[in-house]
Amino acid sequence: MTTIVRTPAAGPENSADPARRGEPVGGGADRMFGLSLTSSGIVVLTIMGTVGLFLTLRGAGALKVAGLEFLTTQAWEPDAHNFGIATVLTGTVMIATVAIVFAVPLATGVALYISEYAPPSLRRLLINMVDLMAAIPGVVYGLWGFYLLNPSIIPLARWIASNFGWIPFLGIADSHPNDPFEPLTIYESSTFVAGIVVSLVIMPTICSVMRESFARAPIGEREGAYALGATRLGMIRSVVMPFGRGGMIGGTMLGLGRAMGETISVVMIITPVYRFQPEILRSGTNSVAALIALRFDAASPFELSALMAAGLALFALTLAVNFAASAIIVRTRSGELSGA
Amino acid sequence: MGFLVIQSLAFCLLLFTSARQRRPVKSVGRHRAAGRPSRDVERPQPQAVDQEPVSAPSNVELRNPDVMTSTGVNAIMPTTQLQAIRGPADLATIEAKSISAWFDERKVLDRVSLFMPAGSVTALIGPSGCGKSTFLRILNRMHELIPNATLAGEVLLSGSDIYDPSWKLTEARKAIGMVFQKPNPFPAMSICDNVTAGLKLTGIKASREEKDDLIEECLTKAGLWNEVRDRLRQPGGALSGGQQQRLCIARSLAVRPKVLLMDEPCSALDPTSTRRIEQTIAELASEVTIVIVTHNMQQAARVSQQSAFFLAEQGTPGVIVEAGPTSKIFGSPDDPRTSDYVNGRFG
Repeated sequence: MTTIVRTPAAGPENSADPARRGEPVGGGADRMFGLSLTSSGIVVLTIMGTVGLFLTLRGAGALKVAGLEFLTTQAWEPDAHNFGIATVLTGTVMIATVAIVFAVPLATGVALYISEYAPPSLRRLLINMVDLMAAIPGVVYGLWGFYLLNPSIIPLARWIASNFGWIPFLGIADSHPNDPFEPLTIYESSTFVAGIVVSLVIMPTICSVMRESFARAPIGEREGAYALGATRLGMIRSVVMPFGRGGMIGGTMLGLGRAMGETISVVMIITPVYRFQPEILRSGTNSVAALIALRFDAASPFELSALMAAGLALFALTLAVNFAASAIIVRTRSGELSGA
Repeated sequence: MGFLVIQSLAFCLLLFTSARQRRPVKSVGRHRAAGRPSRDVERPQPQAVDQEPVSAPSNVELRNPDVMTSTGVNAIMPTTQLQAIRGPADLATIEAKSISAWFDERKVLDRVSLFMPAGSVTALIGPSGCGKSTFLRILNRMHELIPNATLAGEVLLSGSDIYDPSWKLTEARKAIGMVFQKPNPFPAMSICDNVTAGLKLTGIKASREEKDDLIEECLTKAGLWNEVRDRLRQPGGALSGGQQQRLCIARSLAVRPKVLLMDEPCSALDPTSTRRIEQTIAELASEVTIVIVTHNMQQAARVSQQSAFFLAEQGTPGVIVEAGPTSKIFGSPDDPRTSDYVNGRFG
């Protein structure tokens, strides 16, 4: 074996055998294509950066006035310099939580049914249906939620409140479920209703991600489980679920991100309030997105700045959730590869 | 929350019940195949030499009287499915009677009969696409996992037809284990969880100590114990290919199968691992009936006592051209096609 020792004098630039680099394949057209793709990538980054910058700059005025109390104030009276996102941010999180709680079991069930149980013809139909469900705009879900779900949820909400009111968040402090003359509007337009509607909006997204991850469970491992005498449930639990775990978590996080940003259907359903309201069955809630959509129209310049600041908070929150989601998905995928 | 609890309960129930509904094996061909009897009667019984199920064992019985006795015992005492699962595995014969198989309308096996004696290794050889793997998968009802796959005929495990409705599908697969071409340990599980996965999947309860004993016993039998005893908690996917394959063998052994089917178990492995697996096969042969599909002639000659040569000629379904003691198949086969194949003149 010859050892190659490069003295500084015989560096790569003046040595007889300079380091070789592969020439790029193709000519000008290829380079143009590559450049245009690169610029698309840069545009995306620029847009994200600009949005964040824009929100920060425009919200800075209000943030400077409110200081840290921006995070703790419940009221929203910007022109009186008494405003904060304590109500709307918690409202956002609560609506999103309700949505996730409803959407994830449903999405898991649908995804498992599609990938494991449905006969092939039905499978195609169901996949299309779920995709179609994702294509229905939020405003339609909002209409449905307001005119159909809102009135018909009352008995259920009332039943939960009277039977499970002892569970935190589920009770309504001053309600009288046994009083027939109790005004029923107390159960309408609540976090609960908004959450259910949002769950329909995000279910297809979660379902698609889960379905794809379930379908990735390799046939070899599936057959391995069957060959041991597993039932289909056993096979799903020992093979499909572990393989799909990343997709389940990632899909849920993506859904969470969407749920927190969902605007129009929430605006249509909720009765906006500006104080922290932890009872999810009680009428009245709020969310950052709904606040912005409801207020920006008639906002004074200073309120607009405050809305920008609220937007920035939502932007940061959804960004964090989505980053976490993609990190989880990527990590589990690579784990899958090394495991296979 | 109450609603949620109800919803999730309903969801679990749905999962559970749908898994419990053993579909009345829509794809098992006995029913469908019964609907097309014309296929089976339109031609007289094939003229191939060793195809009658009785003639093959007679060969073996002459050669090895022990096998005959064990066969006899098993035939007298029909084994119920669960009986022997927990005890030491008693030997079982497996016999295919006039097996035909279809994928959609394409017939891939035509009335194949083969007797695989207890406590020995039977090798299935033949060129690609001749139906060996399909035949093997029919022996433990894996064939019916493939959509539109149908079959006809009987598979007798110690005289009891595993396609009979009295056999649960899962019990049949538990009694007849399978090792696949590509090692397929459950990657999310540790080594010991992989070994005991079969218990969990088939609902066998075992105490901690029983499990530990079983893990050691099965890994030892699969020749893996000494290599992994210090890292039983590590994921099964982190082992090398050959180790993974032996882990799969250990996993199959843990549910105490009577028969172990191996579908080209070494074709994805390096020579050293291959030799290791072959040693394992030789050690296991005394306690479990082994059927192995292999493309490697030398391997078949090394590990098996019986061989069956499958062939599918030019657009016809696969048949067994010749079956018998391995020494005869490789030494002085009756059929010239067998001789051509084992001597590497085609395939």
